[in-house]
This record gives sequence, C-alpha cells and structure tokens, in this order.
Amino acid sequence: MLPYNILVEVCVIYAALLFGVAFLAERRAKRGKLSWLRSPLVYTLSLSIYCTAWTFYGAVGYAARSGLEFLTIYLGPTLVMVGWWWVLRKLVRIGRRQRITSVADLISSRYGKSAVLGGVVTCLMVVATTPYIALQLQSVTLSFGVFARPAPEGLAMPTQSVTTIWVAIGLTVFTVLFGTRNLDANERHHGVVTAIAVEALVKLAALLAVGAFVVWGIASGPSEIMARINASPIAKVPADGSRWFALIFLSGAAFLCLPRMFQVLVVENEDERHLATASWAFPLYMALMSLFVLPIAVMGLAVLPAGSNPDLFVLTLPLSMDRNALAMLAFLGGFSSATSMVVVASIALSTMVSNHLVMPLWLGFRRGGASMSGDVRQLVLMSRRLSIAGVLALGYTYYRISGGGEALAAIGLISFVGVVQVLPAMIGGIFWRGATRIGAAAGILSGFAIWLYTLFLPSFGPDVLLSAALLDHGPGGFGWLTPQALFGLGNLDPVVHAVMWSLVMNTTAFLVGSLASFPRPLERLQGAQIVNVFDYSTGRHGWARSFVEAEDLLVMSQRIFGPREAQALFLTEALAQGKDGYLPDPTPEFIDRLERELAGSVGAATAHAMIGQIVTGASVSVQDLMAVADETAQIMEYSSQLETKSQELARTARQLRDANQKLTALSVQKDAFLSQISHELRTPMTSIRAFSEILMSEADLTDADKDRYSRIIHDEALRLTRLLDALLDLNVLEHGQATFRPETVVLRDMIDRAILSTSGVRSAQPITIVRNDASEAVILHTDVDRLSQVFINLIANARKYCVAPQARLTIRVVRVDGQTAIDFIDNGAGIPIVSQGLIFEKFSRLSDQSAAGGAGLGLAICREIMVRLGGSVSYLPGQGGAAFRVLLPQTAIIRAA
Amino acid sequence: MIDRRKPVFLERQTYRRHRLIDASRLVPLAGAFLFFVPLLWEYKVVAPDEQGFLAERMVYLFAVWFGLVVLAARIAARLRPEDFDRDHEVDVDPDSRDRG
Amino acid sequence: MGQHVLLIEDEPNIIEAIRFFLSRDGWKVSCHSDGASAVAEVARVSPDVVVLDVMLPNRSGFDILKDLRADPATQATPVLMLTAKGQTKDRERAAHLGTSAFMTKPFSNADLREMLRSLIQA
Repeated sequence: MLPYNILVEVCVIYAALLFGVAFLAERRAKRGKLSWLRSPLVYTLSLSIYCTAWTFYGAVGYAARSGLEFLTIYLGPTLVMVGWWWVLRKLVRIGRRQRITSVADLISSRYGKSAVLGGVVTCLMVVATTPYIALQLQSVTLSFGVFARPAPEGLAMPTQSVTTIWVAIGLTVFTVLFGTRNLDANERHHGVVTAIAVEALVKLAALLAVGAFVVWGIASGPSEIMARINASPIAKVPADGSRWFALIFLSGAAFLCLPRMFQVLVVENEDERHLATASWAFPLYMALMSLFVLPIAVMGLAVLPAGSNPDLFVLTLPLSMDRNALAMLAFLGGFSSATSMVVVASIALSTMVSNHLVMPLWLGFRRGGASMSGDVRQLVLMSRRLSIAGVLALGYTYYRISGGGEALAAIGLISFVGVVQVLPAMIGGIFWRGATRIGAAAGILSGFAIWLYTLFLPSFGPDVLLSAALLDHGPGGFGWLTPQALFGLGNLDPVVHAVMWSLVMNTTAFLVGSLASFPRPLERLQGAQIVNVFDYSTGRHGWARSFVEAEDLLVMSQRIFGPREAQALFLTEALAQGKDGYLPDPTPEFIDRLERELAGSVGAATAHAMIGQIVTGASVSVQDLMAVADETAQIMEYSSQLETKSQELARTARQLRDANQKLTALSVQKDAFLSQISHELRTPMTSIRAFSEILMSEADLTDADKDRYSRIIHDEALRLTRLLDALLDLNVLEHGQATFRPETVVLRDMIDRAILSTSGVRSAQPITIVRNDASEAVILHTDVDRLSQVFINLIANARKYCVAPQARLTIRVVRVDGQTAIDFIDNGAGIPIVSQGLIFEKFSRLSDQSAAGGAGLGLAICREIMVRLGGSVSYLPGQGGAAFRVLLPQTAIIRAA
Repeated sequence: MIDRRKPVFLERQTYRRHRLIDASRLVPLAGAFLFFVPLLWEYKVVAPDEQGFLAERMVYLFAVWFGLVVLAARIAARLRPEDFDRDHEVDVDPDSRDRG
Repeated sequence: MGQHVLLIEDEPNIIEAIRFFLSRDGWKVSCHSDGASAVAEVARVSPDVVVLDVMLPNRSGFDILKDLRADPATQATPVLMLTAKGQTKDRERAAHLGTSAFMTKPFSNADLREMLRSLIQA
C-alpha cells in the first residue's frame, strides 16, 4: 500500500509532465516545426481517447460479469476504422472543406446552417456526455480510494468528494489553458493532442504490463491462462446474441457520433492520409488494450478474495502481490485514460455550447451590434472557457447525484445510446441529398425523447426520477408504455430495447420528415456540396442560368457607384471579354464580380438581393447570400488553370461571334447602301422633275404657283447638294484626306454656338437644355469647325428625335479616367440595344420617319471626325434616354475646368 | 477541344488501384461477417462440472481482429496520395477527372 | 366625270406635284401618308386606281399590296407602285405580289398620266 501523499505527489508530477509536453508542442507548432506533431502516429494515438477509464478499469469488470461481450465495444470501432473508405474518409473531407468544428456544426451546416438543429444536437450531446464525464471522475476517485491508505505521518486522507473536486478543477485548468488558446477550431490543438498521445502510450504500457504480469508473473504462461479461462465461472455465463449484435453496431455508431471522437477524428485531422495509417493502427491499439482483459478478470476472480470489485482488478491484482511500482503504473494508466477523455470531451462540448447555444443567444439579444469583431472574439473565448468549466461542473454534479456506486460499463452504454441519436441525420445527411432539416430535427428529437424515457431516466433507479410504479406498470397504468418494455417487448435487454426503439423511431421520423418536407434553398445547396464533396464541379450554382440585360445591371450599378466608376467597371469588363462599348455579356463571372464590388459599397446582403432581383426577377434571402459566399470559396479552390483556359476560349468565341455579327450586319448594310443612296437621290429628283415638267407644260399657272414650285425645285436641289456634300465629306474623312485647322477656344462658347445653330431644326416641340457653365470652362486647342459639327449633330438629333412630353437635353462635362468627356443625354425613348451597335454606320437610321432631315450620315460623320481628332464618340447606355459621350483627345485640352 | 469522353478501359496500373480501393471497401464487410460468427455459437448454461470454450472463442476473435489489422495495413501501404481524391461511385481515370 | 385616284405617298412635295397635274386633268385625287392605315383607307375610299409608294412610314408598300390583293373588296382595284430604289429585285417582288404596274422615281408626269389611264381602261 502506498501512502496517500506519495500518490498525490506522483499525480502532480505526472500532470506537470503533461503540461510540459503540451506546452512544448504548442511552442513547436507556433514556430512551424510540425514534423512529428503531424505524424499519422500522433493522430492514431489521439484516437485512443476512445479508450477511457471505462476501458481501463471497466473492461475487466465487464469481462468478469459477461465474458467476451466487453469486446463488442472495440469491435464496432474496428469495423468503422478498417471500413474508413466508406464513411470516415467522407466525413474528414467534409470536415476540412466546410470547416466543420463539431458534430453539432456538421448537422447544422448540412441542414442549411440551421441554428435550431445545432442547438438541439448540442443539448443532446451535453446530456449524453455528462454521465460519461461523471464516470471518469468517479473512476479516478475510486482508484484513489482503493489504492491509497492513510499514512500516519502523511497528509490526512480527504474524503472522496474532495478528491473529485480537485481532479475536476485540475482538468478544467488544463483544458482551458490548452484548449482555448486559439479561436479557430481549424487551428488545431497541438498541445492537447500531443499530451493525449503521450497518455495513450502510458495507458497501453500500463495495461500490457499488468497483463504480462498476470500471464507470466502470477500464472505460468498462456497455456495455464487458457485452461483457467475455460474453468472460470466466466465461461459459464450465458451470452446474449442480441446484445452482441446490438453492441457492435452501437459502439461503431458511437465511435462516429461521440463529440470527443469527432473532435480527434475530423476536427484535429491534419491530413486525410493519416486515416489510412490509423485504419489499421488504431484497431491494433484497441486489440492490444483488450488482449489481457479476460486473463486479468479470470485471475482476479481466482486470486483475490471473494467480493472484490472486479472494476478495480487492474489495480488490486498487482497491489495484492505487493508490486507497488506496477500498481503505480496501472494507476497512472487509469488516470491518463480518464483525464484525456475529459479534456477532449470538454473541448468538443465547449465548442458546441459556445457556437450553437451561447453565440446565437447573445447575437439574438443584441441585434445589430455584431459588427464589433474584436468584441465578439473575446466573447467567444470567454464563453468557451466558461463552457469547459460548466461541462465539468455538470459532470461533477451528476456524479454527486447518481451516488457513483453503479457498475462503470452501464453508464458508458447509456451515454453511447444517447449520442448515437445523431447517426441517422449524420449518415443520411452525407449520403442522401433528399435529407431535410425537418426530417433531421424530427429524427433527432424523437430518438432523444425515447432515449430519455427508456434508458436515461430509468437508469437512476426506481423512485429517483421516475416512480417505481411507472417503471413497472407504465404511466397511468398503460402497460404498453412501460419505459423498458415499450409495446410489450419486455423480454429484451434494456440497452438493446432502447437502441432498437430509439433508432427505429429516429430513422423513421428522419425519413418520413425528409420525404414529406421541402428543403430551403440553402439546405439544398449545402446538401449538394456535402453529399458530392468529392466532386468539385457540382456545387457551382452561381448566376449561370440567368438571362439578364447588361444594361439593367449598369443602371443599377450607376445608382450605387456613381456613373463614372460603374461605366469604368463595365468598360473594363467588356474589353476583357473582347467586346466594344459599355455593355459586356452578363457572364456568371462578371455578375459574381459585380456583386463583390457592390458588396463593398452596400454590404453583401443588399448587394446579393439587388443582383438577385435583376438576374432572377425574384427576391433573394440572406441565406442565399451565405451560400454564394461558400460557393465562391469552392470556385476559388477549383482548378484555376482550367478556369483561365475556359475564359480564354470564351473570350475568343465571343470575339468571333461579335466579329461575325458585325460582318453580317455590315454586308446587309452594303446591300442596303446602294438602294439607300438611290432612294436618297431619287426622292428629291422626283419632286424636281415633276415640278419642272409642270412649269414647262402647264401654260396657265398663277404667279404664286410658279413662284412656289420654283422654290420647291430650289429647296430640293439644295437637299441634293447637302447629301452629296455629306457623302463627299465622309469619304474625305474616311480616307484621311481631310485637313484640320486647330484653333484655341473655350468649350462653353462652342456649345453656345452649336445650340444656336440648331435652333432652326424642325422639331415636334421645344427642348430644354440643361448645362453647367462652370464645368464647361475648358480651354481647347482643336479644329473648332469639325468639333462644332459633332456637337451640332448631336444637339440636332436630340431636338429632332426626343419625344418626351417635356423634352430635356442635359449637356455635362465629366472626367473619365483622366480624360474630359462631354455627355449629351436626352430624356426620350433612347436607342434599342439591338441598334446601339449600328447607329454610327452610314445610313443607319432607326426608321424612315426620322428621315425628315438628314440622310443618316450625321453620326457616321461625327465618328469619323472624332477619330481624326484623336477622341471618340460613343453611345452611353443606361441613362434613361438617348445618350452620347464625346471623349475629347487628351492633347486638345489646354486647361481643364 | 479536349475530349470529354471517358476511356472505356483504364490502363493496367489504374485498374489495379481501383481494385485496391474495392478491396479496402470489402475489408469491413468481411470483418463484420467474421465478428458476427459468435451469434451462431451455442449459448447454453454450462453445467458446473463441464468445461467451456471461452478461451478458444477469445483466440478466434483476436485472430480475426489481427487479421483485419494486417489486411488494412497492407492496403494502406499501397495507397498513393492521389487515391484519396477518388469519388466513391465513379470509376474514372484520375486524369480525366479535371475535364468533367 | 373624272376618275378617282388614291395616292399613298409620304413625301409632301411629290404629293403636291402629282395632285396638281392630275387634278388639272379632271382626276379626283385623295391622299394618304401613313402606311399602317393605308389598307383601311383604300377600303373606305374605294378609288378607281391606287398609286402606292414603297417606302412609307410604319408599313412598307409591299405589305400593303399583299393585303389589298387578299381582300375581295380591293382585289380588283388597279395598283401602280412607285419606288425610289429602282432595283430589279423590287420590281420582281411587286409583280409577284400582283401589282398592276410599276414605275421608278423620278418619273415623267406624262408617263404617269398615261399609265393611270391605261390601268382604268383595262
């Protein structure tokens, strides 16, 4: 027997060692030296938190009571591990890709980032894990009690509950120190994981040492052990086939669902390839842990006095043989098992509690205040720390309430059945796109309720939480509702009974709920991304199917960015696509980009809603926006090379298409040109000929008639001359034969003169001209006549064609990318998109009605003039009317306004 | 343009890799079957003077267990990094994945 | 009594010229300038002969001709088509649609007068 104070000293030294290991690992990780911290070995060893004190002490007790059945707890996980290609690989990939932080987070993300589901799963996990933590505290306390005997000269041995409190406090400190260093759960807990790996080695060594001592120290070797096993009372215990089956299934499922296992398997996973190693190494670890369990149980029953607690044979066997060092090692093994489980479980639970209970509630209470990011960060860390303390406090409370006297294995199984209730939602969620939030919630809640009723509440014993009468005869005498014999199935083992009913109801509710409900958009998106996690190309649901007018987008963008930036953005994009003008094709990439730009101004949610309204014509919820953000991340991961290539192809194709369209249009125009010019020349000639014949052949004309007809002939002749002049002018310009005579002039004066000289234009109604004198104080050095010709043409066009009830022409001078531009914007009907590309071509008039004045050469001449002057004139879409932009050549400007 | 069609036959190396993954998927099924063999054993109450078969049964289970470990280890040792990206359902040449 | 001619044309000077010299010859001349309502106008006025320009606002002369030939009421009305484009293509198209005669601008007043007379006598 060891004195209590030595035991305490050893514990403290061991704990200090673990602190040291964790600290060194954190420091190495911080310096980027991760080589061995990231090895598959450490990953495998960290999985050993599956083997808790329940394994270390409890397995022997379990074996002493039920024979080989204890193995089921390890055979289930073994099948899951060697079958990693089925489920674990996918879970790990999803966890990494979606940045999953816990089981609750996985379920919540999969089902459309449902806060309610996350909260429900968190509550379930806290309720189901608390007894398990209590179990660990109990085992440490128990081992202290059995092991230590008060020494006369040493410390007075405290009561058990005091020991438990100290253990709980020590674990809280360790977990808070190393578990809440960093906020992002994807930055892994290197310190904790390394310490756990060390503990894994200690507990394996301890159990193997005790086993070897039993086989070769107490017995004479394997053959004697075999004989003793077959002769022992354990061999005469009848086994239960339904339990064998149910427990293998249960333990395999729990291995995936337990918060702490999810933490080490998925969240702490550094590299998917570590799974391949762990797939055989961890089953090996569990096999070694189990190898000597039955021999220890058999020898304990044979050697130790009748009535000894078989749960403590691992300690009491060496002690009874006065092997104090071995017993100390065994004690440390048990201590390691308990502490590592509690540390990881409380980290996992605290992440869930803080992310899925505390944060949603806090944000709900102070709506709109979430913009203070630093504030939130501190809050999250604090809530995690408090959650860790809270989880341990709950465990301690449960330990005190339950009295701690029960067989260890029973509590473990109750806990397993609880956590396994997330299995249908989890497996269904990662393999079946049809699974919905409603189904998942229905399944988990019904399973949770049945578990509470048939297993958890009755586990406290009669008359503690459920009355003895209810346990025996059902509520209100309804026998078929008896907790442990639902619908009269009273012959089943209680655990098998609970597993069966809870999972059957759970799965049924999950399936029916999923089939009967319709998922929200975000759910469907997340479902597709998670189920098809290995297939990058799906999951892209941008704005691909949209049919949208680029002009609408431009109108909207101008409202937000202001016209200048919006036009610059559209112009750049159009150039990148290989198009002329301000209107790029609304490709998904462009719309995505536009949305990002907009988000910078008005916030992501508004930007998404606005774009959504134009693109799909429907209102879009904020949830879609979250999905889009996720997708963007996906797309960025998507092979960028492929992206570039396809963009290049698309650009070339677009250029070709545009060129082809233009050629076709031009060829049609060339055809039309001859008949146009014929028409333009013949129409005035017809009048001239008709009237001259009248004048020649009709003798009795009045003087007034003669006068009038001569005037018509004269006017029509002038019209012909003008037309020929314009044609020649254009020809000269097009062939670069025009000469320019630059003069210095103030822009304002030029516009004044242009307005004046268009005042005689035939128009349906007077037009108001809006100007800004100050901005027109630009001094130019250019060919004044030619530039005036352009202005006159544009103003005359507005006078002629603007049909608004209160016609208005706005002339404004703007700076565009360092250049000066003059915009002529009227409030008329504007020019249809189909015509915008052609208006600068010869004879391209929009209808014959507008043939009233010019010959359809005006804009063609304007364009040629501006090209010769070194500037440009272009149509400016999205201004609510016809709008033209004259971009002055940089060289022409002597002084800007 | 890139040919989007998937090859009908994969080259020998790739074919072997696919079968390796198939094997990896089969291991747990075989394991499950062998671990459920105890359901077929006779569980009667053994008379006080009779010997049980507990030790033999334990040896059987551990033999299966270690057998699975060895099998899984051999498969894991042959896997290559690129195998990890292969989809469950689709039996495609890894080089053609990017084109799809 | 003079015959009734409906002139469908949009160029005001040409209208004035034709109206002047046909009136002097004793023709009754009605005018219409809009393409869209031209068919209805023919049905309303029921002239003895129609002079139809090809380039009209809102509707082309070819379309109007097609409608006139489809309607039993106007089917038999002689139509003289005028065009300023003067391409063979246009002439063929007009013939195909059932025009009675075809003239290219500019025309001689005497020719037009003769043509209209022959159309009415035919």
